[in-house]
Amino acid sequence: MNAYDYTLWIFVLPFLSFVITGLLKGRIKASLTGLIATSVIGISTVLSYLTAYKYFIVNKSTPYVAVEAMSTTWLRFSQMDVDFGILLDPISVMMLVVITTVSFMVHIYSTGYMKGDPGYSRYFSFLSLFSFSMLGLVISTNLIQMYIFWELVGVSSFLLIGYYYQKPSAVAAAKKAFIVTRFADFGFLVGILILSNYAGTFNFIDLTDPNGILITQPIGASFMGISVLVWALILIFMGGAGKSAMFPFHIWLPDAMEGPTPVSALIHAATMVVAGVYLVARMFPVFSLGAPEALGVVAFIGAFTSLFAAIIATTQRDIKKILAYSTISQIGYMMLALGVSGYGGEQGLGFTASMFHLFTHAFFKALLFLGAGSIIHAVHTNYMDEMGGLRKHMPATHITFLIACLAISGIPPLAGFFSKDEILVAAYQSNMTYFLVEYLVAGLTSFYMFRLYFRVFWNKEPAYKHTPHESPNSMVIPMVILSLGAAFTGFIHFSGFVTSDGAAFDSHIHWNIAIAAIAIAIIGIGVAWKLYASSSDLSSRISKSLGAIYTVAKDKFYIDEVYIFITKKIIFNLVSRPIAWFDRHIVDGTMNLIGNGTVAISYRIRKFQSGNLHQYAFMFGVGVLIATAIYLYFITA
Amino acid sequence: MIEDISLTQILTVSTLMFFIGVYGFLTRKNMISMLISVEIMLNAVNINFVAVNKYLHPQALEGHFFTLFIIAIAAAEAAVAIAIFINLYRSINSIDVDDVTEMKY
Amino acid sequence: MSAGEFTFYLLSAVILIFSVMAVSSRKLLRAAIYLLFVLVSVAVFYLILDYLFLAAVQVVVYMGGILVLIIFSILLTSHLAERLPVVPTWTVIVTSITTIIGAGVVLSILYEQKLIASLGKAGTYDVETIGKSLLSYEKLGYVLPFEVISILLLAALVAAIVIAKKPKGSKSIEQ
Repeated sequence: MNAYDYTLWIFVLPFLSFVITGLLKGRIKASLTGLIATSVIGISTVLSYLTAYKYFIVNKSTPYVAVEAMSTTWLRFSQMDVDFGILLDPISVMMLVVITTVSFMVHIYSTGYMKGDPGYSRYFSFLSLFSFSMLGLVISTNLIQMYIFWELVGVSSFLLIGYYYQKPSAVAAAKKAFIVTRFADFGFLVGILILSNYAGTFNFIDLTDPNGILITQPIGASFMGISVLVWALILIFMGGAGKSAMFPFHIWLPDAMEGPTPVSALIHAATMVVAGVYLVARMFPVFSLGAPEALGVVAFIGAFTSLFAAIIATTQRDIKKILAYSTISQIGYMMLALGVSGYGGEQGLGFTASMFHLFTHAFFKALLFLGAGSIIHAVHTNYMDEMGGLRKHMPATHITFLIACLAISGIPPLAGFFSKDEILVAAYQSNMTYFLVEYLVAGLTSFYMFRLYFRVFWNKEPAYKHTPHESPNSMVIPMVILSLGAAFTGFIHFSGFVTSDGAAFDSHIHWNIAIAAIAIAIIGIGVAWKLYASSSDLSSRISKSLGAIYTVAKDKFYIDEVYIFITKKIIFNLVSRPIAWFDRHIVDGTMNLIGNGTVAISYRIRKFQSGNLHQYAFMFGVGVLIATAIYLYFITA
Repeated sequence: MIEDISLTQILTVSTLMFFIGVYGFLTRKNMISMLISVEIMLNAVNINFVAVNKYLHPQALEGHFFTLFIIAIAAAEAAVAIAIFINLYRSINSIDVDDVTEMKY
Repeated sequence: MSAGEFTFYLLSAVILIFSVMAVSSRKLLRAAIYLLFVLVSVAVFYLILDYLFLAAVQVVVYMGGILVLIIFSILLTSHLAERLPVVPTWTVIVTSITTIIGAGVVLSILYEQKLIASLGKAGTYDVETIGKSLLSYEKLGYVLPFEVISILLLAALVAAIVIAKKPKGSKSIEQ
């Protein structure tokens, strides 16, 4: 469709910005690179809104169909081709809007936050690289293209987490993020290969076609009692779980907070970590119609992770870590919503709810991180124990942060209420256990968020070294814009736009569940207010009385230690060490043997070159004789 | 052809002469002695060619001419060889073949 | 026995005995003289086979040219009383075994063949025929080897002069 030709520029412009700012850094003024990057993203944002307007309103079709804006064949294999193209369908257009908006806000914010930092240009070029990769990921037409951009996103994340490369903890965190996601991507790749082997194509439109080969013809092969299709989808989900920090791959996200806070806002709250959710949503028809068992795995992991992360979040002291675990928990919500969803019309409520929550979560989580950055910028510490009473000093931050906290807790009429309500309804309609788990997590969410809020903005003011002041406008304005998003996006009638099969349906608020959700949220707020709004030691007494449970939760359930044990003691000792020994002694040894052997043999037989004429003649004569004898008696006899 | 003598007998003589030349070449140390052995070998070959020509192809002249050319080449080779021997004698004052092993390992 | 047989046996005896003595003599000049006798016998051999021109060439080139050269070089590079060293027994044994085996191989092949003398009339070998053949370029003409040999002889001539030239300022053997 040449109506959408310009969509190419949406992700190519950030790439050009990456190249230009990367090459010109050091040669032009640092603030100019910030300006270039930000204006480029601004243009992309405008183009994304234009696309959304065209797709959803102007070219409205019922149901919404996937449109390939452009597609070229890139690699030709004998049975299938790998294309390169742009796919526009409801979720990808929605993601375009989310990514460009949040990225634009983060770019504006970073011009204030990173001001004066020596690596300013490097930061903006990496940020452009990330925007390019993420935008490319959501508009991919096929699995291989998505995989390429998937890895690119991982690389950009690595570069940005390790931005303060002089800090060893930052370097270690960057490595951890990359290695964990890379390990998960291995599963992703195997899943892609299995799936495309049976389907004969990489293309999403063909794979997810409900009347297509993959869904209507069940694959006969099975491995260990489970169908191959289910294995492939579970492996693909493994890749998504790694990127989205689902249990057991969640370990990298809290450590990724070593990066600058705007990076955490963009990558680890709103965009990259939802790539896994996006992947499952993209492959949703195959999950739901072809392999419901895989969808069950998705739901279980989602629910478990959300509970797990929420428990850990209630004990953390570092505000960024609290927000990180909160992100993990909310993404668990999204995965769960996808997991309990059916396909088509009203059945697909979970799908719509998940996408809706993704949309609203981007706004308020990014806002929370930007607010945290503003706080850290003012107070120069991450630990909430060293903060208090900031509402007097930073009014703008205070109000926007409060809006975000209310949104995440699900208080109407803010955005989070609507999306969370739809998820709870979807869970209620399919599985009571999941519903109860998510209900509990909703309460925990409001508790730990308001624990953070009250501890930082109310409570007793400690002795600050210098009084904190409000952040500059470049940081405040994006926060205000995002808070508008967090407040009002709930009113979008999402089920009219984004559904599992493209057909719009009507969703409405189930007031019985909604009131129950609001009730538990208010209980959470109330408990937090009681414990943290004033400086009492009630909280520390409770934590002491919980004893071992509290310690275990605070230490993140020792998952990191388990991983280190497994890798160091088991894998290194049992697998790597013998292999290294083999490589050093046997492989290298063979090479050395050949080399040294040649030298030794040549040392022995150099006596043939004696310079003695008689010896040469003798050898010559004997050789001729032997050759003649062989010829006469053995060959022609 | 020689009456009552078969070709085989002549070729036997030629073979024995050739291998005597080989023996001399491999045994002797003095370079001129080696040259003498080479000349013996060449003459044995010449006899061979001529005899075969005479007995098997009386009308042809190939063996005859081959022998002629071999004689010419032997002369040239002997001349160059002796020039080398003289030159060598000037440098190392010896024409023993064991003294010229400079191309050894 | 007939004249032909007697002549041949005498001739071959001379050739073989003198060639053995030439390769085993301890005095160099005597070896050269034994070689002379061998060459003479070969020339006689060519004569009884009716190759008159070849016999003449043999005498002139081999005896008058090569042998003279050999004797000159012997006189230049050794003193007359010098005796060549005795060959070590081990070398003698090994070499003789090798040569005997070699001779055995060749002779065994030789005696397997049935070589029957052709009964054709002998061709003419006078000098005119030879000369015409040497320079003819029809089939069985030898003009190409003839020209090549002339270049070869030129090369040998130049080489011999260059190699045997006394280098400037070096010690001569008179000093």
